[in-house]
Amino acid sequence: MKFSRIIANSGEWLSGDGPNRHIVVSSRVRLARNLRDKPFPGWAKKSERLEVMNSVKQAVECLPEMDESYSENLEALSPLEKQVLVERHLISREHAAKGVGSAVVMNAPQSLSVMINEEDHLRMQAIRCGLQLDNVFKMIDRVDTELESSLEFAYSAELGYLTACPSNVGTGMRASAMLHLPGLVMSDQINKIINSVNKIGLAVRGLHGEGTEAMGNLFQVSNQTTLGEAEEEIIGRLNRVIEQVIEHEQNARALLAQRKAITLHDQIGRAYGLLCHSYSISSKEALNLLSIIKLGIDLAVFPDAHRFPVDELFIETQPAHLQKDAQVVKMSSEERDALRATLIRAKLSQVPQPDIARLRLATPATTENQ
Amino acid sequence: MQCDVCQSKEATVFLTQIVDGKMQKVNLCENCSKEKGVNDPTGFALTDLLLGLGASQEIEKSPSSVKCPICGFTQADFKKTGRLGCSNCYMVFTDGIGPMLKNMHKGTQHTGKTPAAFHKIREHSEKIKTLQENLTKAIEAEEFELAANLRDEIRQAEAALAS
Repeated sequence: MKFSRIIANSGEWLSGDGPNRHIVVSSRVRLARNLRDKPFPGWAKKSERLEVMNSVKQAVECLPEMDESYSENLEALSPLEKQVLVERHLISREHAAKGVGSAVVMNAPQSLSVMINEEDHLRMQAIRCGLQLDNVFKMIDRVDTELESSLEFAYSAELGYLTACPSNVGTGMRASAMLHLPGLVMSDQINKIINSVNKIGLAVRGLHGEGTEAMGNLFQVSNQTTLGEAEEEIIGRLNRVIEQVIEHEQNARALLAQRKAITLHDQIGRAYGLLCHSYSISSKEALNLLSIIKLGIDLAVFPDAHRFPVDELFIETQPAHLQKDAQVVKMSSEERDALRATLIRAKLSQVPQPDIARLRLATPATTENQ
Repeated sequence: MQCDVCQSKEATVFLTQIVDGKMQKVNLCENCSKEKGVNDPTGFALTDLLLGLGASQEIEKSPSSVKCPICGFTQADFKKTGRLGCSNCYMVFTDGIGPMLKNMHKGTQHTGKTPAAFHKIREHSEKIKTLQENLTKAIEAEEFELAANLRDEIRQAEAALAS
């Protein structure tokens, strides 16, 4: 399958449906695996990396899940193409920096992707829409079990799966959910939530993982530790915390609607106004305003039919996605900001003006127990 | 005070984080703090950063001459990268890695998924262990016919394990 064909469609996790879809954008589980006694990618010589890549790539391509797949060596991708994959969360920023000796294989719905020779020989991930970490884990677990028959993974009875970085040893699993939390941000409660989630040993990060800024009120919650707990226990712990964060977000939204209605209406109205009438907009500003529109859809201020086009804008307004369709080889940031504004104006012209009278909460308000 | 990352500039950003009741501290200079994305301390996991620093001190507990026979990795290399050379390094540097894992994770014994190939090994080695215990008992009780049978069973199980 060609690159242009795979990216012509948005990933299943963006267009699909899943539990708690209005707050949990996606659920993702990543497993790190290595081949026994082969040097890890960061330490291996080029010839060793190529040897590992070829054997792993062949095994991955033969998976029934990869029946219809896109498979490419990293050096064959342009910087722009790599960036498109990063923006879709199909490869990591670290993997995008790799060249000869690294590869990526993904299925057509973009729900499964395997990075070969990132920090570990294999980093395989499954991603689905909404809160469904259990299903996502089952999906990637099956792939892992299938690969076991053709690849010999580095494993010790005591330490579990052995990884390049000791922080991943054991299950080699990082489970994460991307949460959209405008209510907690607008009511200044987000730092409190992040602190308490951190205290119980889970990590909260920005949009693109480690060390990235939170934009568009999007936060990633994931497990920090990988050794000493079974996969199901880690996911169970994560699920319980995420369910609580969802509840807090719903309460925050209810409280805003009741006590700070004017502020909330004003924010939604302004976001709509700015997006409909700007001629130059940065990616950060666009994400932050789109987040408010998304909140507006959750609160029925905008018709639900516009959910998917707005969600799509979160990805389509990212720098590499903007440029992928343009004929220009390299765009300046001013040109991108202008193009981004044009794209947003075109899409938002389909969305009717906010109808504040229709505002209703998705769930019964539980504001009395604050 | 010096920056923990570049070890050259004066540290101006001091971070303390308590995760699972364990306190972690790091001192950074202006540049390194920006580079590591420490503008919002609440959204930042110190463990990631500390890996390359604290971890390198831990592994020094292994003698400095030790080199992984498979990949040639040494502890000096770990100090530089914070990553290991190959899966065998976990056995070579076990003295240094042990305490580090204890600080980093919930426990030190893997309790999650086991590859199918290891299921068999685990099953057979457990079976052999039980059989051997029974054999000792049988010999003590002078039940030699039972002992002979047990010996044959152990041989079979060992052969299965080796295959």
